[in-house]
Amino acid sequence: MTSTIERTEAAESPATPKKGGGITGAAANYLDERTSISAVVKEFGRKIFPDHWSFMLGEVALYSFVVIILSGTFLTFFFQASMVETHYEGAFVPLKGVEMSAAMDSALHISFDVRGGLLVRQIHHWAALLFIASIGLHMLRVFFTGAFRKPRELNWMIGFVLFVLAMAEGFTGYSLPDDLLSGNGLRIIDGLIKGMPVIGTWTSFLLFGGEFPGTAIVGRLYTLHILLLPAILVAFLALHLVFVVVHKHTQFAGPGRTEKNVIGYPILPVYAAKAGGFFFLVFGVIALMASFFTINPIWNYGPYDPSPVSAGTQPDWYIGFADGALRLIPPGLEFVWLNHTWSFNIIIPVIALVLLLLFVAIYPFVESWVTGDKREHHILDRPRNAPTRTAIGAAGVTFYAALWAAASSDLMATHFQLSIEGVIHVVQAWAVLGPFIAYFITKRVCIGLMKKDREIVLHGYESGRIVRLPGGEYIEVHEQLDDYERWKLVDYESFEPIMLRPNSNGKITPVMRLRSAMSNWFFEDRIAPASRAELDAAHGHGHAPAVGTGSPARGELEDQTGGNTHH
Amino acid sequence: MAHDEVSGIDSAASDSSAVETSHRTSAGTAVIGSDVENPGEPPHRARVTDLDPAKAKHADRTVYTLFYLSIAGSIFALAAYMAFPIEDGDPVALRLNTLFIGLGSALALFGIGLAAVHWGKALMVDKEGIDVRHPVRGTDETRARAVEIFDQADKESGFGRRTLIRNSLIGAIIAFPLPGLVLFRGLGPQDQDPVELLSHTMWKKGSRLTLDPSGIPVRASDITIGSVFHIIPEGLNEREDLLEQKAKAAVLLMRLDPADLNISPEREGWSYDGIVAYSKICTHVGCPVALYEQQTHHLLCPCHQSTFDVVNEAKVIFGPAKRPLPQLPIEVDSEGYLVAQSDFHEPVGPSFWERS
Ligand code: HEM
Ligand code: FES
Repeated sequence: MTSTIERTEAAESPATPKKGGGITGAAANYLDERTSISAVVKEFGRKIFPDHWSFMLGEVALYSFVVIILSGTFLTFFFQASMVETHYEGAFVPLKGVEMSAAMDSALHISFDVRGGLLVRQIHHWAALLFIASIGLHMLRVFFTGAFRKPRELNWMIGFVLFVLAMAEGFTGYSLPDDLLSGNGLRIIDGLIKGMPVIGTWTSFLLFGGEFPGTAIVGRLYTLHILLLPAILVAFLALHLVFVVVHKHTQFAGPGRTEKNVIGYPILPVYAAKAGGFFFLVFGVIALMASFFTINPIWNYGPYDPSPVSAGTQPDWYIGFADGALRLIPPGLEFVWLNHTWSFNIIIPVIALVLLLLFVAIYPFVESWVTGDKREHHILDRPRNAPTRTAIGAAGVTFYAALWAAASSDLMATHFQLSIEGVIHVVQAWAVLGPFIAYFITKRVCIGLMKKDREIVLHGYESGRIVRLPGGEYIEVHEQLDDYERWKLVDYESFEPIMLRPNSNGKITPVMRLRSAMSNWFFEDRIAPASRAELDAAHGHGHAPAVGTGSPARGELEDQTGGNTHH
Repeated sequence: MAHDEVSGIDSAASDSSAVETSHRTSAGTAVIGSDVENPGEPPHRARVTDLDPAKAKHADRTVYTLFYLSIAGSIFALAAYMAFPIEDGDPVALRLNTLFIGLGSALALFGIGLAAVHWGKALMVDKEGIDVRHPVRGTDETRARAVEIFDQADKESGFGRRTLIRNSLIGAIIAFPLPGLVLFRGLGPQDQDPVELLSHTMWKKGSRLTLDPSGIPVRASDITIGSVFHIIPEGLNEREDLLEQKAKAAVLLMRLDPADLNISPEREGWSYDGIVAYSKICTHVGCPVALYEQQTHHLLCPCHQSTFDVVNEAKVIFGPAKRPLPQLPIEVDSEGYLVAQSDFHEPVGPSFWERS
């Protein structure tokens, strides 16, 4: 531990001064005497954060959200959430005199009559896209590294809620300018809602305040978009971050890192400088995109009208998967039964999407049930070292990608000169078979990589250096890993599946059977990390002597109570 | 930070150090980790800026230069705000206004960001620190105390014992939001019934078919074979509820060779000399079905590609929609204008629960 600053040292240098520390000292003293702020600095000022590029994805989400709030607040000073009809009289000549709602009129006003207004609109929209993209990637990183395991399952659920809220924010925002595309999006939502059994017709009627499109919806969505959803989002975000602090951040396996520590940089000053700087970089990237690339040019679409042609219309990409699900459903699934209309062509995709999202939300619980693993985990899995989970993730991504591709089926058809039917059928096959193929390939690749890691640990890696042996043959020299590099490759766990054993009543229930079968499936073909004995054997010479435990043979583990050599 | 000894807590959890290798988990699962020992943290490596004062000086200069650049960026953005007025509606000015305010701001942001990150990476002390983790659960004493507090509260209040009070409380809590929920009925007008509204459109006997959006009536003789017209009912443009009506009443008018049309017996007389009128509102979720392929006589919905065959009474031949587009029965009035014979014979647009 020579190279670490012990955290306890931090307590000696909190920002609270002794008397007579100049003006900063006086101010700090004033504050602390009224707030106890020194305790906060003491507790968090030197808190340790581990470093890895993938940990920045959550930060990107957080920072783009800040940008969204800043730009969005500016927009509220000009935007009018009203569907009152007006005639456009602003600076954009081609639309002069056109009848439109006050909402669209004010959105055009922001774009053409407020200096820098277009920039802010585009910042808001680009930041929103970055926000949702980074949440998605952040989720994938949490999934594929197993960061959702105990004690972080609830934080995964909170994060999931954030993901759903983000999409809801995106959709409500997209609908506000009341242009042709946003109205068309609402039309689809209206149709979807009406297709729901029992409650559909009335839900739509109440939502739109009468018949579609009505004159209420923009105002209502505005309340959701700038008040209700952001309030919930901020609350959940705060909770999310509180939990990150409570749990302390996970870390990848590495020399010196254990389940009981966290190694990294202290908040003050290094982490604050890097993370604070990173906020400005994210903001800078958004500003650059907004200055160069037009997004959502509502003036080209014109005001909403239920009738014009709108070929090639696309929702914002993050809604694409839902739109795609509507397109992939096989034809003919609507029936009249019991004197009511059952729109299974809508009900089935909606249920499928809900189930998909639900599965994502509860995955941590499913996995821990299957593995029987109830311990805390703070060392992240490398994706390859959890082959089945990684393969499940790959299957999920493939399915999502199929839905997403389906949302662009018409563009693909025109672009590649294919028939739309052909494209849909291919994507249907992809959605059904693709996940299985992706699962299988990913699992094999992971296992292959694990084998390779093991090979490297035991026999080193190929150095590219060829030498000639005295006997005349050529061999490639294998370079051995140093202890630090090797540790990164061996610090993971291998599991035995849950055994099927009668419960206390001497019975084996079907649920137990299922669990055991799933556990067997989850852990089949796993590769154990190399043991000390194997290493010694492979190297054939006395390395530093092992700590004492030999490599326990697999079968013995059943009754073992824990490697207690350290106690 | 001294209480490293975690005592007697959830043995699985407290044993879960990576250095200690094998454990039991709850359901009898065995876990094996490697018994290779953790080599501990590698020795700290000094950076060039730690070793070479000239490099440190250079990094120092880079950082403050970047901060100055940021200030320059902000000033540039301010200047751009003034230099590119957009009020006369010149699109080039708007482009430049957006571009240069944006670029200046981006420079201001990147300057701060790069400077701070570089400062952190190259100049600030880069020794890593260690925090000790503790199990997330509270200690046994804390938990025992929490249980005790709840017990005490239960005793002192009689919450568990006075079941009548407790149950009536639960009842009241469930009941009190109901009036609030009912208020939401007011989101939609009280005097209207959605099913009724969805079942009718503006079309009625004698309404002229007029062009969308101009409202000019069309004569049968204007419609040539192979052509398609976007139609709205006469008087629509004067309506207060124009969009709501249009969202139901929009129609597509096409003329085909009468010999090509397959007409079922009940619809004899709904068309006029090969001229047919179909609702433009998709029976899937309601987009305007507005792409007409002349050769095949197919109508294509741009939203999810439902395809309707005009030759066969707009039956669905592909896509998620199930029902054909409703047909508007038309005829010609004494002046030769196309008019509706009646409203549609069924609700138009997306399906809904009470539809049939
Ligand atoms: C509003 C959107 C979100 C923001 C701003 C956000 C922000 C953050 C930040 C800054 C961190 C710490 C750094 C990191 O691990 O990347 C974090 C951690 C975490 N996030 Fe999110 N996040 C969001 C959405 C989500 C979503 C959608 C999920 C998953 C469903 C999720 C799950 C987690 C988990 C489990 C952790 C703890 C990870 C660990 O300690 O390794 N977050 N989040
Ligand atoms: S709305 Fe026409 S296909 Fe979906």
